[in-house]
Order: sequence, then C-alpha cells, then structure tokens
Amino acid sequence: MTVPSVPPTLSGKRPSKLFKNWMAKMASLPMILTALVVFVGGTAWTVTYSFTGSRMLPRTKWVGLDQYERLWSSDRWMISITNLGIYGICSLILTLFIGFTLAACLDRKIRFEGVFRSIFLYPFALSFVVTGLAWQWILNPDFGMQSVVRDWGWTAFNFDPLNNPDIVMFGLLIAGIWQGSGLIMCIMLAGLRGIDEDIWKAAKVDGIGTVKTYIMVVIPMMRPVFVTALVLIAAGIIKLYDLVVAQTGGGPGLSSEVPAKYVIELMFRAQNLGQGFAASTMMLCSVVIILIPWAYLEFGGRKRG
Amino acid sequence: MSKILKSALLGTALTAATATAVMAEGVELEVTHWWTSGGEAAAVAKFANAWNATGNTWVDGAIAGSGGTARPIIISRIIGGDPMAATQLNHGRQAEELIEAGLLLDLTDVAEAGGWAEIVNPSSLLEACTLDGKIYCVPVNIHSAQWIWLSHAAYKSAGLDVPTDWNEFTASAGSLKEAGILPLAMGQQGWQQNIAFGAITLAVAGQEAWNGVNIDKNADVARGPEYTAAFEAVAAARDLAAESNVQDWNMATNLVITGQAGAQIMGDWAQGEFSVAEQVEGKDYSCLPGLGLNPVIDTGGDAFYFPVNDDPAITAAQKELAALLISPEVQVSFNLAKGSLPVRGDIDMSTANGCMQKGLKILANGGVLPSGDISFSQDTTLQIEDLQAQFWSSDMSAADAQAAYADIIANAD
Repeated sequence: MTVPSVPPTLSGKRPSKLFKNWMAKMASLPMILTALVVFVGGTAWTVTYSFTGSRMLPRTKWVGLDQYERLWSSDRWMISITNLGIYGICSLILTLFIGFTLAACLDRKIRFEGVFRSIFLYPFALSFVVTGLAWQWILNPDFGMQSVVRDWGWTAFNFDPLNNPDIVMFGLLIAGIWQGSGLIMCIMLAGLRGIDEDIWKAAKVDGIGTVKTYIMVVIPMMRPVFVTALVLIAAGIIKLYDLVVAQTGGGPGLSSEVPAKYVIELMFRAQNLGQGFAASTMMLCSVVIILIPWAYLEFGGRKRG
Repeated sequence: MSKILKSALLGTALTAATATAVMAEGVELEVTHWWTSGGEAAAVAKFANAWNATGNTWVDGAIAGSGGTARPIIISRIIGGDPMAATQLNHGRQAEELIEAGLLLDLTDVAEAGGWAEIVNPSSLLEACTLDGKIYCVPVNIHSAQWIWLSHAAYKSAGLDVPTDWNEFTASAGSLKEAGILPLAMGQQGWQQNIAFGAITLAVAGQEAWNGVNIDKNADVARGPEYTAAFEAVAAARDLAAESNVQDWNMATNLVITGQAGAQIMGDWAQGEFSVAEQVEGKDYSCLPGLGLNPVIDTGGDAFYFPVNDDPAITAAQKELAALLISPEVQVSFNLAKGSLPVRGDIDMSTANGCMQKGLKILANGGVLPSGDISFSQDTTLQIEDLQAQFWSSDMSAADAQAAYADIIANAD
C-alpha cells in the first residue's frame, strides 16, 4: 500500500533482469499463484456471478443487468452510497487535519512527547467493534455525554446523534476519527522527523513564521507521507462496516447504512448472492475509478520526472 | 380422550421401536442451533436429555447470536461439505434451495410411520416442511408475532384502565403521554417495526386483505383501501412510538416491564422477559393476541433439518432423532421451557401460563396464518423490513409507504 521511493536501478544489462535472483522468484511463486487465484480469480468469479440470478447458492442463470438495475433503484443502496460519501469526505479531511496538527504539536519538542504519542495512538489498538460499542455508550443520551453535561447544569443541552437520522453519520464519524487519527499522527510525525533541521534554520534566518513554514515548505516536502496516509484512510473508508454494525447497526431506520453492509446483508440475510455480488462489483468499480488516475499520476509521473 | 391416548402411545411405541434398533451402537449426532439465552438453553437441554436417554449422544453445537448470525454459518457448513447431523432453522423457505440441491435428508418415511399428517396442528407447519410431496423437516414449536404487551403499572400511574384491544389502546395514548409515559415502546430495528406493521395490518385491514397480500401476493390488494387504512394506523402508531429510542427488542420490553412505556407489539417470545422479571400475567402485564381485535396468530417457529450423510448408521440415527423431537413427552417439556406452543394439538399443556393458554385456544380454533418465513423469500422479507425501517424512522407519508410496499409485493417471490 505504501509507495516506496524506487532508487534508480544501477544494472545496465536488461536481458538478465528476468532471471536475476531466480531462486527468490521461485520461492515466491506459490504466493504469486495464490494472489492470482484468490484475488484475481475470486474477483473475476464475483463479477461473473453478478450477472446471474443466484439466490442462496451460486447458479449460472443469466439475467443480464437485472441485478444492477435493482441495485441502483434500491433506496437502501442509494442511502448507503450517500452515507459513505459524507463519511468519506469528512473523515478524509478531518483525519488528515487532526493527524497533522497533532504531529506538528508533538514535533515542537514538547515535554512527555512519548506519553502523548502513546495516548493518541492507543485508540488504534482497539478494534472497530470495541470502538463502536464504547462510543455507543458515550453518545447514549441517558448515560453518556448528554446526561453528564445536563448534570453539570446545562439542562437544555441536547446531543443525541445516534438516534437522529439526520446526524447519525457524524456520530460514526466521531468514533472513526478518534480511532484513526492516532495512526495518521504517527505517520505524519515520522515524516516531520525526516525533514532536515537545516530547513528550519534556513526558514528562521529568512524570517518565515512557523505556521507558514509548515504550510509552504514542510507539507510539500512530505508528499509521499501524505500519499501513504491518504491510501490508508481511503482503504479504511471503503471498508467501513464493523464500526457501523457495532455502533448503530445501520439505524435508526436505514440512516447509517453503508455499502459493505449492503453486500453482507444481501448475501447472507436476504440469501440473494447475485444482488450482493452486484453491489460488491460496484464497490470494486469505485475503488478502481479512484485508484487508476491516482496510480497514473503517482507512478506515471515519477518516470517522467 | 382415547384418541389422544392412542396417538400418544403410538408415537411412544414408534420411538421406542426405532430406539432399540440403533441402541446397540449409540451414535453421536452434532446438532446446531442458535438457542443460547437462558430459557432457550434450558429448552434445548430437554431435547439433549431425551436423546441421550436413548443411548445416543447429543453433541451440542450452539451458535451464539441470532438466526441472522447462525444461519449463514449453518448453510455454509452444509454447502461446504461439512454437514452437522441436524440443525435448527425456521421452517419455511430458508432451506428451499438446499432441498433442491439434494443436501437435506428426506424424512417422508419417518413422517408416514409417525402419522405426522394427522398429529401436526396446524397442518400448514408440515406443508412448510414439504417440497414436491416429500417432507424434509420436523417442526418443533410455534412462535407467533401478533401480540401486544401492556404494562399495568403504566396504566395505573396514568389512572386508566388497561385497554383490551388496539382501538382502546390508541384512544388511551393521549392520556398516557400527558402522564409522561411513552405510549408505545419500539426498538428501532426493521424486523421489529415489520412485526408491528404485520400485527397492525392484520388487525386493521382484516384477514381477507392480509391473505390477499401475504398469500396470493396480490399488489392490487396492497394498493387497496383496506391497506390504506392499515398504513394510516401504522403512521399513527409511529407517532405514539416517536420518543422510543431503544434499539433491541428486549430493551423495549424492559420499558414496558418497568412501566416507562404503555405497550409493545412483539412476538410471544417477549413473555420470557416478563417471566425473568417475575411479573405475573393479568396482574403486572396483559397480553392480547391479534392486538385484541382479530384473534389469529401466525405460525412461525423452528424446525429441525437433517443434512444428507454418507454413513447409514448416522442416517438411521437422524431419522430416530426426527421421530423423537416430535414425540409427545419431548414436545411438552421442550415447549414449556421455551414458552412456545407445541406443534401437535393432542398433548396436555395445562401447566402453561395465561398467555400460552390464549395462544393454544386460538390454535385449537384454527385461527392460524402462515408466517412471513413461509410466505416470502428472505430477499422479499428484507426489502419489507427495510421499507418499515425507513418508514418508522422518517416522516414518510402513509401513501408513499403504501406505494413502495405494493411495488415490493408486485415483485415478491
């Protein structure tokens, strides 16, 4: 997932490249085969069967694009996509922002840096299920945040996102960011530590302010770190499932449904494999649509430069 | 009386006969099910004890989580070639494709020997186990969903009489609200809202319209005036439940038990919660089947299926277990523990409590309906549940919901 900066290859002899390290290549052959059969083969199988009317068992009863027509006319799917969009955009921006801000604060050589780092990274050690349940309780109006604030005297305080269909996604977002920003902070911190001290000295000599140095000099230099962070966050967003199951179960109503949950429910609860496959194929498409331009920019651009 | 005695004796004799045949070896059968709560585990122990008493061994394969969690595990084990000896499923259409794929054991000979066609009441239960004239499962109990549970404490604190039907309940809702009591407790999950929807339509739209939609799958009936009235009643119920922000059904039941809510529409399994809370039917709570308007109940429930096995000894034992599960003594002890109704009408259930007696009386009078598991595929059920979830949690109009519902019925299978 990370993007290693490929060092320019020193070997001049091109023909020998295929057989170079042939022992290592032989050894990795089983893994290559597994990857091809399991990932590529499995993907092809899923896409193929999304054109069938499979119910509980996979069957080659071809129905053309019926599954996709039903998918795109299903309210539940449309709600799922919208939710993922809201969650995705907010989570991407906020996690990057919070992660970078925390990292920058820690980078200012504060005291007890190690302690703070552990505290911020700690949520990442919890599974999404635990995170979801913990935040379900914290956001519970009768026991959690709302009742605590009301006990302090603000009796009109109203904060009940998990039972309000309009803002339930933000309840999930809080939990997701709480869990995910620590890791991004660590990656950012590593990136910041990789910035040469001399840059800071030079900036200081030129009289550039700290914030401006970060925005104009340091962030552009950290591009690979940002790309890594972006890929990690994006993968987390598309996979969003367990947090929803643990925290809201998709409710109230259908207001916090997400695409991955649609796939699971249709495949196993509705016993409609074809429809589940169609939905997972659409998820794959969305990943590919994001990934191809990015890969082109990232890898294609590298060669030119 | 003599007839009951005769069939009881016949059942016992048959069980005994098959039992002695296999007794010599003593076979281990792995049985999977999702009965894991206190009362459920006690009930399944009745099966296990009865089976162990025949000299065989019951290997318990309980799967935690509800049917939604357990069913995919069970099905994938059967499809994946690692079948258990027997498994619980809800009878109806959940196993249809497994039967068509030839993965489940044909029990027709056991059923004929046991005379299931005569003893199983209502007969629709056996029909749900039948495909192309062959019987593939043993129904073991009946659960129905058309019940409303009323809190006496809530009505007492509001200074009202406990209603005896749905209309009285809706009339009393305003006074309940004034007394600071939530009129209707409702867990915010699609299947619970669907249960409420089903119960209210049955009571308001009447059985004829209900049959038209649920059995004949006639979308025109679903667009008709009876269902318009039903959807309006459901929309009114939605307003009564507006303040209910619990998710799980037992949390909603707890609101009724503690008198914070006036009523809940939930299946007869809610009774377990009342008995755990040591409440007494008629004193602390009331139950009204068919919402007190239309005393009919559906006949969902559980059944056991037996995946096909290569070993003839196991196949023989599977058939023996099938006969045992429906035998009179096992039916009585199991259903008393589970709080569900027995699948045969010829046994003595006089020790059952008031709510179960009401259910038994309806069964005896033949006021039964096929359950959603029997009428609709899982796919259609999920679509209806989704619609209900959307309807209850938003301000969707009754007319829009009715139109969407009719579309689902038009495409139902």
